[in-house]
Amino acid sequence: MESGFGSDFGSDFGSGGAGGGKLDPGLIMEQVKVQIAVANAQELLQRMTDKCFRKCIGKPGGALDNSEQKCIAMCMDRYMDSWNTVSRAYNSRLQRERANM
Amino acid sequence: CRSRWSPVVPGDGGGMDSPAGAGLGGADPQLQRFIEVETQKQRFQQLVHQMTELCWEKCMDKPGPKLDSRAETCFINCVERFIDTSQFILNRLEQTQKSKSAFSESLSD
Repeated sequence: MESGFGSDFGSDFGSGGAGGGKLDPGLIMEQVKVQIAVANAQELLQRMTDKCFRKCIGKPGGALDNSEQKCIAMCMDRYMDSWNTVSRAYNSRLQRERANM
Repeated sequence: CRSRWSPVVPGDGGGMDSPAGAGLGGADPQLQRFIEVETQKQRFQQLVHQMTELCWEKCMDKPGPKLDSRAETCFINCVERFIDTSQFILNRLEQTQKSKSAFSESLSD
């Protein structure tokens, strides 16, 4: 699950064209956006894994049993729900603060 | 207009005041604008990550089949109180700094 995120996106910022040597700002911006999105996904996954491991795994056995797997699956969904709730609440608060200036 | 308060991210100067774009893509205004916008977005994202983590500890017992309304309310309150805490700390720090400098002026060596 992890290695998909590790690929090296950023190594050829300017060489996307045919040996032109001119840096295209539009291309750079798109690539940067992709990298940022990847970094955010990684961060989310890392924290989710931490939280769900804590909630769902008691004494580590020889394998993940069925109840542990079910718990992890539910935990993942609840973590996403929580993340979205927090994002919305924070956004509302920011808008309220801006409106009050 | 901009208030003094800006979202506090640990390790960050706290500022929308510092010109984050300066020196980076400085020649190209389009790039500079892009950097400013993306930096802002990232501050937001980072805080969401941080608050989700904190509030999860406070609001989530056992993960169930859905996020019940009590937990959801808890998350919302948690976000609000976290921002309040951040503002409180900044305001009080500013006050104590003011009184400190007045004090130390009268104690000049």
